[in-house]
Amino acid sequence: MGAILLEGLYVMAGLVSLVTAFMAFKDSKHPTRIGTTIFWSLLALVFIVGKYVPAQLIGVILLVMGVLTATKQVNFGSQTNAEESVREERSKQFGNKLFVPAMSIAVIAFAVAQFTPLSGLVGLGFGAITATVIALMMTKVEVGYIAYDGSRLLQQVGSASILPQLLAALGSLFAAAGVGEVIAAGISGVIPQGNILAGVAAYCIGMAVFTMIMGNAFAAFAVITAGIGMPFVYSQGADPAAAGALALTAGYCGTLMTPMAANFNIVPAAILETKNKNRVIISQVPFGIVLLAAHIVLMYVIAF
Amino acid sequence: MIKLIGVVIILIGFIFKLDTIAVVLAAGIVTGLVGGLSFNEILSTLGEAFIANRYMSLFLVTLPVIGILERYGLRERAAELIKSIKAVTTGKVLTTYMLVRELAAAFSLRLGGHVQFIRPLVYPMAEGAAEINFEEVGEEELEIIKGYSASAENFGNFFGQNVFIAAGGVLLIVGTLSELGVEVTPLAVSKSSIPIAVTAFIFALIYYRMLDSRLSKRLAEKENKTGRGDQ
Repeated sequence: MGAILLEGLYVMAGLVSLVTAFMAFKDSKHPTRIGTTIFWSLLALVFIVGKYVPAQLIGVILLVMGVLTATKQVNFGSQTNAEESVREERSKQFGNKLFVPAMSIAVIAFAVAQFTPLSGLVGLGFGAITATVIALMMTKVEVGYIAYDGSRLLQQVGSASILPQLLAALGSLFAAAGVGEVIAAGISGVIPQGNILAGVAAYCIGMAVFTMIMGNAFAAFAVITAGIGMPFVYSQGADPAAAGALALTAGYCGTLMTPMAANFNIVPAAILETKNKNRVIISQVPFGIVLLAAHIVLMYVIAF
Repeated sequence: MIKLIGVVIILIGFIFKLDTIAVVLAAGIVTGLVGGLSFNEILSTLGEAFIANRYMSLFLVTLPVIGILERYGLRERAAELIKSIKAVTTGKVLTTYMLVRELAAAFSLRLGGHVQFIRPLVYPMAEGAAEINFEEVGEEELEIIKGYSASAENFGNFFGQNVFIAAGGVLLIVGTLSELGVEVTPLAVSKSSIPIAVTAFIFALIYYRMLDSRLSKRLAEKENKTGRGDQ
């Protein structure tokens, strides 16, 4: 039952992508109309029929999507939000009721996962549908805006929306090629095997340092979990939920301290017109270091 | 050692800000090849894992309703709420914002951002609080307040988001571990993200309190100096 519902949810996600492709295709002012249309059509295809076609074909589709993004063919078109004055007026009219549908997504997802045998993902689907219905009834907006605004937001997020999924796939290739073993072998000379605290510290610090170099904790997680997490933390009997959760946020501590995470650190400095372009990083480094130390303690205490 | 070439490709690609999707694909293919897989095997491994991890992109189904709510002033309403924060010091303004931002992230409300909230709302409020408390707030102090204002957004966003059961980070953890043979549910990961969310808030509370005392120290010294100059 849960599996069927989940597959239905993938079809829904595919439809959002398909509608986005359609909207891009109809958008005559779109700077890269055809490329964007193809990209979202392919993603829709993967979502809707991905399970029933050979895996090699999905691999080929991914390569085509990669060529499209590498050649900058996937962009935002000319869709618009409501005028600012209109939004101001409506926000006064509806007040805090606007938060009800928005928050119902997370609340329903949690409730389904906690109190029913169904997973949180199925819950997310129920939450999204419920929220959409509440929003439609509340605002009495034309139903067509479901398609318009959904595709507007997806095009704004852009091709980066498939990144987590792609990084997990990369992790699986790394595993197949034996990358984890190589990193683990290199590190085992430094970390004493069987010492839990040393393993935990290496995992957390490794996440932070790798994130600082790459500017992206998600990418670091795939690499460091295979290389350090597996041999030195999970294999020693760690609770995987606690170790995984803390490893990722240990990476976020690295994000606080690196100019590589330009979106979070450099761009805001520019927006605030600071004299020192590293001002935001300077303000975050002490916090990042102390919180990273707290991660090591928490992982050691909670995961074991 | 040669197997690490994929890691190197990712590093180089990210440092030179090449297209992320293409860099990740290139790293995967090259790693597969040096790891002894055939091109066909690489394609099927990639494809299989991508299909198995479709759930990571399920946030797509929430986009229509969020888009509609934004059309009806969701962000403007949130800005209105932020404006109503009544706090008397710079540090307290930032602590309150960090808390609100963290709670919003935990409920998957994407309501924040340096452009939308910090520059137009939070920084002016933090600066305003300093100007009420101290006679003369110099350029250096303003610079410090700017940096800390931006940090409140990052602290709240980063350490609150994984409490949401279908957050990108939560699903990445579930998916990556599952590819490595460790099974864990999104619910367990999101619950395990609560301790660090709480810890981060407590740290922020202390951190911004220290900012307050740093500011009052700096500005008190300055007022003493100008005081002497007048005599």
